[in-house]
Amino acid sequence: MQSKATISARPTMSLPKLNWQNYIVYIFFVIVLGFFAVTIGDKGFLTVTNLFNIARTTAMITVIAVAMTFIISAGELDLSVGSTTALAALVCALVMQSGYPWPLAFVAAIASGLIVGSLNGFFVTVIGIPSFLVTLGMMQFIRGLDMRITYTNPVSVSNQSFNSLFGSGKLFGVPSLLIWSVVIALVGHIVLKYTSFGREILATGGNRQAAEYSGVKTRRVKFYGFLLTGAAAALAGMLYTGMMQTARFNFGEGAELMAIAAVILGGTSLFGGKGTILGTFAGSLLIGTINNGLIIMGLDVSEQMMIAGAIIIVAVAFGKKPGQA
Amino acid sequence: MTAADVLQMTDIRKSFASIPVLKRVSFSLRKGEVHALMGGNGAGKSTLMKILTGVYTKDGGTILIDGQPVELNNTTAAERAGIAMIFQEFSLVPTLTVAQNIWLKREPRIAGTFINNAEMVRRSREILQELGVDIDPETLVGTLPVGYMQIVEIAKALSKKARILVMDEPTSSLSEAETEALFDLVNKLRTSGISIVYISHRMAEILTICDRVTVMRDGEGVMTEDCVGLTVDRIVEAMLGAGNTASFEWQDRAPRADATPILSVRNLRLPSRVNDVSFDIRPGEIVGLAGLMGSGRTEIAETIFGRRAPVSGEITFDGRPVRNQADAIDRGIALVPEDRRKMGLVLDHSVRDNVLLPNLARFTRAFMVQDTEALKTVTRTIRDLSIKTDGPDKLARLLSGGNQQKIVLGKWLARDPRLLILDEPTIGVDIGAKSEIVETVRSMADKGMAVLVISSELEELMAISDRILVLHGGRIVQDMNRRDLNSEEELHHAIQGHHIGPSDHVAA
Repeated sequence: MQSKATISARPTMSLPKLNWQNYIVYIFFVIVLGFFAVTIGDKGFLTVTNLFNIARTTAMITVIAVAMTFIISAGELDLSVGSTTALAALVCALVMQSGYPWPLAFVAAIASGLIVGSLNGFFVTVIGIPSFLVTLGMMQFIRGLDMRITYTNPVSVSNQSFNSLFGSGKLFGVPSLLIWSVVIALVGHIVLKYTSFGREILATGGNRQAAEYSGVKTRRVKFYGFLLTGAAAALAGMLYTGMMQTARFNFGEGAELMAIAAVILGGTSLFGGKGTILGTFAGSLLIGTINNGLIIMGLDVSEQMMIAGAIIIVAVAFGKKPGQA
Repeated sequence: MTAADVLQMTDIRKSFASIPVLKRVSFSLRKGEVHALMGGNGAGKSTLMKILTGVYTKDGGTILIDGQPVELNNTTAAERAGIAMIFQEFSLVPTLTVAQNIWLKREPRIAGTFINNAEMVRRSREILQELGVDIDPETLVGTLPVGYMQIVEIAKALSKKARILVMDEPTSSLSEAETEALFDLVNKLRTSGISIVYISHRMAEILTICDRVTVMRDGEGVMTEDCVGLTVDRIVEAMLGAGNTASFEWQDRAPRADATPILSVRNLRLPSRVNDVSFDIRPGEIVGLAGLMGSGRTEIAETIFGRRAPVSGEITFDGRPVRNQADAIDRGIALVPEDRRKMGLVLDHSVRDNVLLPNLARFTRAFMVQDTEALKTVTRTIRDLSIKTDGPDKLARLLSGGNQQKIVLGKWLARDPRLLILDEPTIGVDIGAKSEIVETVRSMADKGMAVLVISSELEELMAISDRILVLHGGRIVQDMNRRDLNSEEELHHAIQGHHIGPSDHVAA
């Protein structure tokens, strides 16, 4: 008879595990907050103004990341959201510059996002090209279009109700950008978790074939997912425009990576089938906090980019792999 | 132990998270013996074999090889001890040749540097010739039929001087002819002194090929006996425990032959294989569809389910043609597909989400899924089909094959379908779950549900069907009342294309 000494030569697979991976974004968040509070707490990091500032500057990323959670949960990816942001910004600014009322500008901007989304959706679901390639090409194409529209000239927006509603205003002392991001995150959370569309998104990403056999029209579901990211990017474009009171061709550069990082940090599986909007919201705030803290610490944009890139890699490394319970 | 025992495992114990999975199991293997290891899912077969192949480390007990104690703490140690697991298909690299796969990471070298291709091919050819199989070592593995991949696996094991082979459900994806070939090979290996642990759920197969049978139940060895004189009933009894012998027996259900058919298939022709298939199914009737692997049975099922379009011919359900899959589902057709892990389940989702997936529309009000109401249906499904799970939120991946299959069945039964199509419903399902599934289907049919069962296990078709259709050469060559069938043999012959007029005789 053997002694018990050989038991733990390797960890057994069926040990009950605390799913700490589900909470990693919150753990990270606390660590980062603590770190900045200690190091730069006296440089204004902890003031209400600065905390509101973090919430304001992350609003666009949050809005995009919420939609990105859907498309990633469905097992696809949308890299074109960044340039679509600028496209919608320019569209709404130009419509208002031509003297039309802001609601019309709003509709036009959302429509531009939906057009990009439906093109992505068409190439992915009808033609069958991987979304990574389609949206990579689309990202470049739309960015070129952004530059072409006004020959890279900015378009200023003087409509104060638009600016106040979408970017610079406040409601009961709360910045409208913060309200937008909270509302979008809440709606996204409810749709993903409690509607049949949300369930179908997750089933499609979890096992497309099984979803098909269960009667889910997975191509249609993915198509709607791309409409969602397109529309969200358009809304983010208007938030940028309202905040800056100007639209520029370079809005949203790198936003797609920030949004993807927020989604993955939040605990959504990059391989599809598992998504959480609350995690995404926390992930987005975490990235915003890190950026803000690094600025206050006096780091250069170049250094911020390096750190943001490193975060994406770390997030995916800690994130769940397919097949993990 | 006798002198001829190559392997002697004694009092093997293993617990996971303090739950004992193996309670003092003993298992021995003689030189040149084919020893079947049987038991329901969760009986501990795989754990025992993973200990033998060094994947898991045992908590207690001894392992002797050729009488010498060994420690198989990792897979390399097991390999060195001459133990090899034969995987079915997934452990080969499809883009490499047969020879490259056999010698992967152990390639013969020139001056210790450059791979000696000629030598590699020569040695592979030697091994394959010894096995008596006609495979060119220079063909790409990806172009081989599934049955051959397993042979390459065996060749690979032999190239490592393995003397003990573990084969897990080796015939589950093989055709009749491939199975025959594999049995020949197993016999050849036996004669040359190789010992084989043979894991399978297929009773008939085991009695054909094995010398001894060990049955495990709940982490214990409950029976080890010679195959000579052993009956299927005796094995089933050992697997289920005395008094639990579930009714895997045919019952004459006397279905109404006069009722109007709910499904009519007329002159169906599909792009592949199926030329001219016609049959009817009446409400309450269980119809078996028999045929060789690749005879087009799955394609027929998927066409009825609206997933494929026929080249010509007509399918009417309830008097109207089926337009597409959504239409099929709406009107009460359900399909339990062939491969539950790929097509039946979202493995990383919970039992609840899987059961709800085809039922979402029913529980959605104003876009919102009514989870409380839905949970009642899920709980009822778990109870009715006795799915063994800690609760509705357990991930489907963590359940045994039989319980996974019950989820797939349950998610469709929750819709109260009027036609249920089962494609190979019990592959990899243990005998206990198998008879439970058969019983559930039977009781649903008693309530008027029409059932079409596709199965390669004749035993199963014989147990469940009221009527059996035999598909051969692209058409239904026989439509037999189960009552008129006396043995599995008769059915077996029909499937192979015998006893049929010369005009219909098409070589398999």
